[in-house]
Amino acid sequence: MSVVVYIEINDGIIKKGSLEAASFAAKLAQEKGSKAVAVVIGKGGDASVLGKYGIADALHYNLEETQINSLTVAQILQSEAQNLGATDAVFSGSWIAKAAAASLAVHAQMGIVTEVTELPKNGTILKKAFSNKAFVKVELQNSKNCYVISANSFGLHENPVNTNVQEKTSNASSGLSHVSYNKDTSKVSLTDAELVVSAGRGLKAPENWHLVEELAKVLGAGTACSKPVSDAGWRPHHEHVGQTGISISPNLYIAIGISGAIQHLAGVSSSKNIVAINSDPEAPFFKAADYGIVGDAFDVLPKLTEALRKAKG
Amino acid sequence: MKILVCISSVPDTTTKISFVNDNKEFNSSGVQFIINPYDEFGLTKALKIKEQLGGTVTVIHVGPASNEPIIRKALAIGADSAVRIDGEAVDGLMVAHEIANYVKNNSFDLIFTGRESIDYNGGIVPHALSAILNIPAISPCVGLEISGNEAHLETFVDGGKEKLKTALPVIVGSQKGLVEESDLIIPNMRGIMLSRTKPLEVLAVQNNINNQKVAKYELPPDKKACKMIDAGNVEELVSLLQNEAKVI
Repeated sequence: MSVVVYIEINDGIIKKGSLEAASFAAKLAQEKGSKAVAVVIGKGGDASVLGKYGIADALHYNLEETQINSLTVAQILQSEAQNLGATDAVFSGSWIAKAAAASLAVHAQMGIVTEVTELPKNGTILKKAFSNKAFVKVELQNSKNCYVISANSFGLHENPVNTNVQEKTSNASSGLSHVSYNKDTSKVSLTDAELVVSAGRGLKAPENWHLVEELAKVLGAGTACSKPVSDAGWRPHHEHVGQTGISISPNLYIAIGISGAIQHLAGVSSSKNIVAINSDPEAPFFKAADYGIVGDAFDVLPKLTEALRKAKG
Repeated sequence: MKILVCISSVPDTTTKISFVNDNKEFNSSGVQFIINPYDEFGLTKALKIKEQLGGTVTVIHVGPASNEPIIRKALAIGADSAVRIDGEAVDGLMVAHEIANYVKNNSFDLIFTGRESIDYNGGIVPHALSAILNIPAISPCVGLEISGNEAHLETFVDGGKEKLKTALPVIVGSQKGLVEESDLIIPNMRGIMLSRTKPLEVLAVQNNINNQKVAKYELPPDKKACKMIDAGNVEELVSLLQNEAKVI
């Protein structure tokens, strides 16, 4: 009996979403009187840091980045879940984690619950639904389940133990072959970002984006945008947050020149703190925000960037 | 090229979500149901590929007869035929098993799903299909080119995109980027007339997969009133973020 948790390493660092999954798995194992085992996949990194979150056993697969895809990860998870007699498996909400979870659920005949925000309680579990517009409590009908947790909902829970890391090798292969990457690793990954600065049509033109980027830089924040901005090609698709873009829940979301349409709010409303800056005092975003400034972005942004720079020393 | 497009029926993106029957049921009164927007990108790409390479486009939906308007819409947009599996969609696993069952009896070169549905956002269907059928899946897919028997696909990875290739068949979890919003097709009168005579096959549910049951829905707690700060006093915002919200 064990609780298996999938841990992703990116550029030698364990992803924040994975640490949250580790916290969830450790607590779940504790409640069930079972053992949490981390299956860590990725090049390099130090799996023993999982000990901080209560994980005593880790299996590390030192795979090259180009070997890692939804199919190879699923194969490794499946064979480890079988070896370990997994009754539960925990995944972050990353694309590759979702793929591995779905595959494991099929092969091991487990149930699967996505967008999970809390530990299961008496056979029920709470999850998000309708693109962050609601929650739903579901009754689990399968005794073995995969949990895909919603980013930044469960949080990190420290419970230090020593981690025994075992290095493993895999000959997992798939019909998918890597061709090339097109990456900009200088930027903060949006789904992992604790702080996000986002802008909409209020910025008027793509050449004004340096104002957003300067603010993001001072904060160490990720940058995002509204749908009209990505549709117009001002910013890349992967920066579009909202119901049909990506959904995020950072500790701080600063929305500049975004009116706050219901579809946009669906993707960001679970952010812990929201600041709205808009020239229109009637903008719906002010109803969803914690802090608001009615003002012109071109006036407010440089001042805010400067004030933050001073405050941060 | 034989192409299958999986579509689901979801509340329109502007829907204000509410519940009835002691919060046990979604309040569908006055709600417009649409083809899941991610699925529509897949349908549009399927029709573009058919235009280039020839073939057929079949749409499949797991749901009750009351969802047929979205199937007819897909036919009006240009799909050749449709299949409806007559049952309530329980979750992504159940839907994937039903679709897989149909695929096993009718082989396809390309299978499109959405990267997720906008009602439950699981993102499970393409990968569960992949596991059941032992066909590779790429989701979310933001680029697809077919050359001969090979598919070149583009997906998101941390910090950017990755290009991959595989032999057909392949499962594609669609989203914007695969085609653009301006490529989406609004059905014309001829398409709507034709859709009424196109074949729609109704099949019974084959698997009895039932891993979860809805106990209760909840709406998120109401937001406290927004604290307004004067545009000339951004220092106050900085101080609130530092000392009250404690996020910077």
